[in-house]
Amino acid sequence: MLQVSIYRYNPETDSAPYMQEFQVDTQGRDVMVLDVLHMVKEQDNGMAYRRSCREGVCGSDGMNMNGKNGLACITPLSEVVKDGKLTLRPLPGLPVIRDLVVDMGLFYKQYERIQPYLQNDTPAPAIERLQSPEDRDKLDGLYECILCACCSTSCPSFWWNPDKFVGPAGLLQSYRFLADSRDTATRDRLAELEDPFSVFRCRGIMNCVAVCPKGLNPTRAIGKIRDMLLANAT
Amino acid sequence: MVTNITNFGRSGLSDWLVQRVSAVILALYTVFIVLYLLLNPGLDYATWSGLFAQTWMRIFSLLAFVSLAAHAWVGLWTVTTDYLKPTGLRVGAQTAIILAIFVFLVWGIQILWGA
Repeated sequence: MLQVSIYRYNPETDSAPYMQEFQVDTQGRDVMVLDVLHMVKEQDNGMAYRRSCREGVCGSDGMNMNGKNGLACITPLSEVVKDGKLTLRPLPGLPVIRDLVVDMGLFYKQYERIQPYLQNDTPAPAIERLQSPEDRDKLDGLYECILCACCSTSCPSFWWNPDKFVGPAGLLQSYRFLADSRDTATRDRLAELEDPFSVFRCRGIMNCVAVCPKGLNPTRAIGKIRDMLLANAT
Repeated sequence: MVTNITNFGRSGLSDWLVQRVSAVILALYTVFIVLYLLLNPGLDYATWSGLFAQTWMRIFSLLAFVSLAAHAWVGLWTVTTDYLKPTGLRVGAQTAIILAIFVFLVWGIQILWGA
């Protein structure tokens, strides 16, 4: 039997959050954490969590498993369970709506701030804007982000200043457009980032890199943004 | 763009560059002083005073003091914005830190050129 400890909070009935214990029989199989949540939901169908694609593509089920953020659907028990115990908490630093469901509003607000869309002020060609294979390669390791928020919610700089620091997820996407040969808004984008918070609140502790379920490296992207800012301003 | 008025250089980019350059200067100064003390075990007042009487040492020391002042301003400003959330408390702490840095800097200059 696997002992599962889950963060419970229903603002309509609970005055404060609490941890609830469940016993789950996985029949010795190394299932994913999300499967365990389904089993828990059979015991208590009031337990709330987000899930959709259940295969690490949609980014809905980001949560804190035994102290480390990740996607429940692609995290096998063998990777997180210690001494037969599994502790599940919502993503840290964001307001809890209910149980494992958090309000991602601030996270999306920071994403919106970096203008995550291609901007090009030259006349649109008849068919499409072409890009050389080499320029396209520069977007690898950037475009794959699924916005699950595992990285930003594991970042202390984002915890302390979620309204000012863009966070690793937003900055990875920011660099995705700064690095795009088809985007012409580079200077305007950089001008929005040179203050002491937006980019420079990153202290390079690389929590984001350690937790990214897609194996991406926001710290490297942030370093490249710094290099571009420096090149632009000196 | 997030506006700030109490950080060292009014810009995150300049603060970041100042922090790195001042760190290198402080590292060089520290290594120099430690080596000097190790290589002069029986150090007396005359030798120590003689070292600081030379112009290059005074320039090097002043550079280190200015670096320390800038480095402390940038670093402590960051700490206050992370951990002090009430505005009055934060502005008060930032003002006290900046004034203390000013006092220590002037005091350091007086020690270098006085006596």
